[in-house]
Amino acid sequence: MRKNASLTAHGILTLVWIVVALYMIFIYVPTDVNQGNVYRIMYIHVPSAWTAMVAYFLIFLGGVWYIWKRSQFADDLAYASGEVGFIFCSCVLITGPLWAKPIWGIWWTWDPRLTLTFILWLLFVAYLLLRTLFVNPSRAALLSAVVGIIGFVDVPIDYMAIRWWRTQHPQPVVMGGPNSGLAPSMLATLLVSWGAFLCLFAFLVRQRIALAESRREVSQLRREWATDEGQEF
Amino acid sequence: MRSLRIIGTLFLKDLRVEWRQRETLASICVFGLLVVFLFDFAFQPAGEESLRLLPGVIWIAFAFAGILGFNRSFAAERENACLEGLRLAPIDPGLIYLAKMLANFLFLAIAEVVIVFAASLWYNFSFLAAFDWFFCVVFFGTLGYVAVGVIFAAVAANTRMREVMLPILQFPVIIPLFIGAIEATTSILKGEPPAQFASWVKLLIAFSIIFIVLSFLLFEYVLEE
Repeated sequence: MRKNASLTAHGILTLVWIVVALYMIFIYVPTDVNQGNVYRIMYIHVPSAWTAMVAYFLIFLGGVWYIWKRSQFADDLAYASGEVGFIFCSCVLITGPLWAKPIWGIWWTWDPRLTLTFILWLLFVAYLLLRTLFVNPSRAALLSAVVGIIGFVDVPIDYMAIRWWRTQHPQPVVMGGPNSGLAPSMLATLLVSWGAFLCLFAFLVRQRIALAESRREVSQLRREWATDEGQEF
Repeated sequence: MRSLRIIGTLFLKDLRVEWRQRETLASICVFGLLVVFLFDFAFQPAGEESLRLLPGVIWIAFAFAGILGFNRSFAAERENACLEGLRLAPIDPGLIYLAKMLANFLFLAIAEVVIVFAASLWYNFSFLAAFDWFFCVVFFGTLGYVAVGVIFAAVAANTRMREVMLPILQFPVIIPLFIGAIEATTSILKGEPPAQFASWVKLLIAFSIIFIVLSFLLFEYVLEE
C-alpha cells in the first residue's frame, strides 16, 4: 500500500512538473530571433535525447549489476529502461525532422549526431526484440545483460568513428542550431523541461518494475494454487 | 600453455566437423559470390564508378557471408546438445570463445579470398597495388567483425528466429568497424599514402582488441545455465 502511495505522489509530481515545463516552453521563454516559434520544439527534442541516453546507461548499469549480484531488481530496471528509453529515443527521431524541415530545408541528413541517435535507436530495438524472443525466459536476464553491455561499450566508439568520418566530408547543410551561448531564460527552460522528462521517465520505469513484480507474484500464486488443487498448468 | 592447447583442440574440432560436412564453407563462399554478382547487376558500374562502389560491395559481401557462418557455427553445436558437452568441460569458457572465433575467422577469411578474387575479376580491378595495406585492413576488420559475431551468435542461438536475430544484434554494433574498414579500403584503392588512412587502421585494431577482451570476459555468462 505504501508503495502505491509513493507511486501516486510521483505521478502527481510528474504531472505538475510537466505543466510548469509546458508553461515555460510556450509562454515564459522568448521566441528565437532567427528561427521563430519552430525552435520551441528543441525543449522537447533535446531533453528526450538526454533522457534516452540516461536510459541506455541504465540498461548497461542494470546489466552489470545483474551479472555481479544476480538481483532481480537490476534486470527489471534494465528491461524497463529499455522499453521507456525506446519511446524517448523514438521521440527524438520524430521531433528532429519536424524541426529540421523548416530550418534546414530537409527532413534528414547523416550528420554525426543524427546518425548516432539512429544507431542508439537500433540498439534499443535490438535489445527489446531480443527480450521477447528467448526460448527459455530464465536465461533472458543474463543474455540481455551481455548484449546491453556490448551495445553500451559500442556507443562511444561509434561516436568517434562517425565524427572522423563526417569531418572528412563537407557538411551537406550548414548547421544553424543554437550551438553556443544559450540565453539564461532558454537554458533554464531547457533544464526544467529535462527535469520533467527525467521525472516522467523515472515514473514510467517504476510503473514497469511494479508491473513486472506483480506478474511474477501472480505466476507464483498460480503455481501454488495449482499444486494445492493438484491441477496441471 | 595449457590454455593454448585447449584452444588448439577446440579449434581443430571445429575444423574436423567442417571438413566432414563442408557445408558452412561452401555456403558462405557461394553466398558471398552471389552478393558481389547481384551488386554488379544492380549498379553495372564502369571505370571510376566501380572504384567508388567496390569497397562497399566487398565489405557488404564479407558481412553477409560472415553472418551466415556464425549462425551455422552455433546451430551445429545445438544438435545433440554439443554445447552442453562443451559447457561441462573443466575449462575456462573464454577459451571456447577464442577457439570459436579462430575457426570462424578462418572460414570467413577463406570466403573473403574467393570474394576478393571474384570482385577483382568482375570489376576489372587489381588489389595487388597496395596489397600489404589492403591485407592489413581486411585482417583487422574481419577480426573485429568475428569477435562481435561469435558472442552474438551464441546469444542468438538461445532465441526463436535466431537466424533473424543475429543480424539485428550484429549490424548496429559493427557500424564503427564498417565505417573504418570501408573508408580505409577506399583510400587504399585510390592509392593514397598510409598517413591518410592510418587512423582508420588504428580504429579497426582498437575495436578488435576491445571486443575480443570484452567478449572473452562475458562469454562465461552466455554459456551459463
